Amino acid sequence: MTEPLSKMNTLWEETLPGGAHCSFQMKRGTALRLTDLEGGANLSTLLYNRDEKLERYNMADTLKAQHTAHLSRGFVCYSDMGRVLASVIGDSVGWHDTICGMSNATLVEKKYGRADYQHARNAMHRNATDSMIIELGKWGLGRRDIVPNINFFSKVSADEEGGLHYQCGHSAAGDFVELRFEMDTLVVMSACPHPMDPNPKYDPRPVLLEAWRCGVPAENDYCRNHRPENVRGFYNTELLYR
Amino acid sequence: MAIVESNLNPSQASYNHVLPAGESWLHEVKCGQVFRILDLEGNQAVDTLFYNARNPEERYSAVDTIREQGNLYLTAGTQLMSTEGRVLMTIVADTCGRHDTLGGACAAESNSVRYAVDKKYMHSCRDSFLHALGHCDCGPGKTQMDKRDLTANVNFFMNVPVTPQGELTFEDGISAPGKYVEMRAEMDVFVLISNCPQLNNPCNAYDPTPVQLLIWDAAAQ
Repeated sequence: MTEPLSKMNTLWEETLPGGAHCSFQMKRGTALRLTDLEGGANLSTLLYNRDEKLERYNMADTLKAQHTAHLSRGFVCYSDMGRVLASVIGDSVGWHDTICGMSNATLVEKKYGRADYQHARNAMHRNATDSMIIELGKWGLGRRDIVPNINFFSKVSADEEGGLHYQCGHSAAGDFVELRFEMDTLVVMSACPHPMDPNPKYDPRPVLLEAWRCGVPAENDYCRNHRPENVRGFYNTELLYR
Repeated sequence: MAIVESNLNPSQASYNHVLPAGESWLHEVKCGQVFRILDLEGNQAVDTLFYNARNPEERYSAVDTIREQGNLYLTAGTQLMSTEGRVLMTIVADTCGRHDTLGGACAAESNSVRYAVDKKYMHSCRDSFLHALGHCDCGPGKTQMDKRDLTANVNFFMNVPVTPQGELTFEDGISAPGKYVEMRAEMDVFVLISNCPQLNNPCNAYDPTPVQLLIWDAAAQ
C-alpha cells in the first residue's frame, strides 16, 4: 500500500533554487514529490544504492527492460544489478528524458556566456556535470561515477530517422513527478537547464522537493505490474530486504 | 541511412584478428589508425566501449554522442564523444547503416529481469567486460580497471529503433554477412569489446558468431 503525500506523513520539504545542486539519502518506503514551481524546470538526477554505491541507475537497463525510451508513471528506475532503485508513482508531465545527458562547462559557456561568482554571486552560471562532481565528491565518488542521467521535466523525442526534438514548454508551473524509493538510495540532483534547452538566456527554474513516508509497494502495485519484467525486478529488489 | 564503403585493403592491415562470440577484446588503437569491425556471419551485436588511453577516466559517453549529433543512431560521420566533450573516434565507413547506443550491454542481473530469474547464470557481456578490465593494466599507473569504468556502450550492428511515441523496440538485425563499420581514432584510444553471447533475443539472431577486427596504420590508408 502506497500512502499519498499528506500533512500527516511529510518528512521534510525544501526548495532547490534554479541552477543549484543537492544530494541526500532516501530510505526504502519513502517517496519524493518534485514540483516544477514556475514551469520549464529541468532536474538532472543520478541514483545510487546508498550502501553499495557501485550499484547505480542504469539508463540502458531501465530502457530495455521496459521497452521505453522515456520515463513516466508506471516506469521504474533500474540499477545495473537488476533491482529497482525508484518507481515513478505519480506524474503530471508524461515524459521525462533520460537519453540526452547533462550540461557541462563548455556547453554552458558557449550557450550563455560567462557569469562567474565574482560578478554574479549565486546567480553565476553553473553546469550539471560540475555540479554532480561536487555532490558526488561529498560521498567519496567522482567523475568516473557519472553515468547517463535522468532529466526530470524535460522531453526529447526522436523521429523515424532518429532525429532528436526538444519540446519547449513541456512542463508547466505546478507540474510534478513522484518517486517511491524501493531501496535505500543516494539521490544526486542539479537544477541546471537541459543541455538542449534552446532558450538563449540562462534561466534555471526552482523545484520543490517534498519527502514523505509512503510504505512499500503491495502485490497489486501499479509500477510492479506495469511490465512483466518489473515483477522480476521487484523480486530481485525485495531479496535485499528479507 | 548512409552507406559508405571503405577502400582499405585487408591485406595491408597491421592487425587482423577473429574474435569468437562470448569473448572480450581490449586493444589500443593509436591516433590516426583506422579500426574496422566486420560482421562475418551477420546480425552479431558487438558491445563496445572506448577510453582515452592516456587518461581512461575520460571515456565514451553515449548521451553526449547522441545529443551532439542530434540523432539516436550511429553511422558514417558520427563522432564518438567522450565524457569530456572530445572526439574519441569518427566513424568513416559503414555498410550496415545504423548502430545502437541506448540498449547497453547484457548482464546476468538484467537478464534475470528481462527474461527469467534463472537466466542469470548465462554468459553475458558484462562478465566479458569485467574479465577484460580485471586482467588489464590500462588504468592509471598500470592498474586494472573495474566496474566504475563501465558505462553505456555502443552496440555495433544492433537494431534498436525508438518510436516517436518514445517506445524502445528490439528489431531483427539489419546487418548481414560481410557488413562492416570502420572508425578513425582521433586520439590514442583503448577499445573494449564484448562479442555478445546473448541467446535470449534476436540481437544475435539467436546464434552468436565471430567478428573480424582489423587495424590499418595511417601510412596504409
